[in-house]
Amino acid sequence: MSRDVLLRGINLTRRWGGLVAVNDVSIALTRGCVHAVIGTNGAGKSTLINLLSGEFPPSSGQVELLNQDVSHWAQSRRARAGLGRSYQRNTIFPSFTVLENCRLSAQAQHQQAWSFWRNAEADATTVTIAHEVATRVGLGESLHRQAGYLSHGQKRQLEIAMCLATAPKVLLLDEPLAGMGAEETERMLTLLEELKHDHAILLVEHDMDAVFRIADLITVMVNGLVIATGSPDDVRNNPDVRSAYLGDH
Amino acid sequence: MRYPSSFVIAVFGALALWPLVTGSYGTDLVAKIMIYALLALSLELLVGSTGLVCFGQAAFFGIGAYAAVLLSPNDGSTPSLWLTLFSAIILAAAYAFAVGTLSLRTQGVYFIMVTLAFSQMAYYLVHDTPLGGGTDGIYLYVKPTWGWIDLDKASHMYGMIWLSLLLGFLFLSQLLRSPFGRAISGIRVNEQRMKATGFSVYPYKLAAFTLSGAIAGWAGYLFAIKDGFVNPELLSWHLSGSVLVMIILGGLGHMRGALLGAFAFALLQELFQSEAVFGSYAKHWHLGLGLTIMACVAFMPHGLVALPAQLRERLSGRNTAKAELEEHA
Repeated sequence: MSRDVLLRGINLTRRWGGLVAVNDVSIALTRGCVHAVIGTNGAGKSTLINLLSGEFPPSSGQVELLNQDVSHWAQSRRARAGLGRSYQRNTIFPSFTVLENCRLSAQAQHQQAWSFWRNAEADATTVTIAHEVATRVGLGESLHRQAGYLSHGQKRQLEIAMCLATAPKVLLLDEPLAGMGAEETERMLTLLEELKHDHAILLVEHDMDAVFRIADLITVMVNGLVIATGSPDDVRNNPDVRSAYLGDH
Repeated sequence: MRYPSSFVIAVFGALALWPLVTGSYGTDLVAKIMIYALLALSLELLVGSTGLVCFGQAAFFGIGAYAAVLLSPNDGSTPSLWLTLFSAIILAAAYAFAVGTLSLRTQGVYFIMVTLAFSQMAYYLVHDTPLGGGTDGIYLYVKPTWGWIDLDKASHMYGMIWLSLLLGFLFLSQLLRSPFGRAISGIRVNEQRMKATGFSVYPYKLAAFTLSGAIAGWAGYLFAIKDGFVNPELLSWHLSGSVLVMIILGGLGHMRGALLGAFAFALLQELFQSEAVFGSYAKHWHLGLGLTIMACVAFMPHGLVALPAQLRERLSGRNTAKAELEEHA
């Protein structure tokens, strides 16, 4: 059943002292599939993303990226190998322009650290990528604005653009729709639909309408445990999920 | 022409012409300040550009200075300019590499303390030891030459220092525009994001730290050759602290700020030490200097480099200073 599994988390557990934030979670992300992870606050969704992306190591369990065990790889190495993530709280470079935020992200794949005599702003490869991704998420008009002055929704778009600039194969998106207006949400969902053709996408999101509309698979987490995984319909009708999360009505 | 480049051309032009309009005291003073400015530039690369607050910059400066003297032959023959200069730079860079390798594993206030500890180690290596010539330091009797360049002549020494500062400034300005420079700026602004994007930040920081040490060693070399004398105070934490004050005074995040800060700091010190101006109070110059610096930091939070923008803002009543600076950062 390994239909193009790009990222796999196997029996991942993370303990913080006595608290088990993520408890024996296994997840497989496949190309062409938006896999949503939902759950109440504190269910362990962001921790799961952090374990997969390598922000901190799991207490136990394994991570496989493109059929390679990357459990002991640093976050930066996983990122270069094709693992892109966005953050729940905006983590952009606020004092840089939109273009430079995207360009610098693209530079991660084209580092040329020692060519001191080159001007980064004149580097055709990374500048082209930056234009592409910024336009793709709808920031084509704001290339030269300072990122810190963007609206909240635009900063969310920039997060995605920066993620795409690294040419990832797997996208881990932590609440990309949070705080977005209706129009921006619509644009983002359309973008995710496009992206899923050649990416594996993990989506953590609180907007249930959006999740049930776009997700191909949904995993429900409660207190660090996975209580259900399945298609949106399966999950909607799952009695455990209804009582634990969606509210039984 | 944009404001920063015309500013830089004016500054270096004025510095080049300075010896023609002043006596030996003025020339010597500005030569000394230019050396401090080069040292300040090296620290600006770490603090203002990479976001690493290093409190041990004097160690690299002192190592460059001691190398200049210790590597010169002691049989009275003339040392080679390039040999001693490059050895001094390489020794300072090597120490910076070693210190960086260990200290860059720490962050924030721990990084400040570890760099201070390593610089104190270097200080005690030359303080009151046979290597450092006891508490009095060591004299350099014969200054290096190369071709017609003879650093024993004040004008040649001044030219050498001017050229060093210009090259250091141009190199660092270009470095900040390069992919490397953009990466260290990214590390300063948001290190976590840089890692998530795919940058291994440690090698970048170590490279910046080593480069900074090399440039500080270069400045130290010039200092030793100019004065013909080294003593342990060149490695003391007082100097590390003074250089930090220089770049804060000038405005962090700008190479121009480091230049301005070095001049402002040294000239203020000169002013408060002047008996002609302050009479017998001149011996309490620390007080005047300290109060002035506190006032500067309080009223110019973005440093001297932001002063024009800050004044415009006052006059027009708009809040542009910060925005304008951030755009250049």
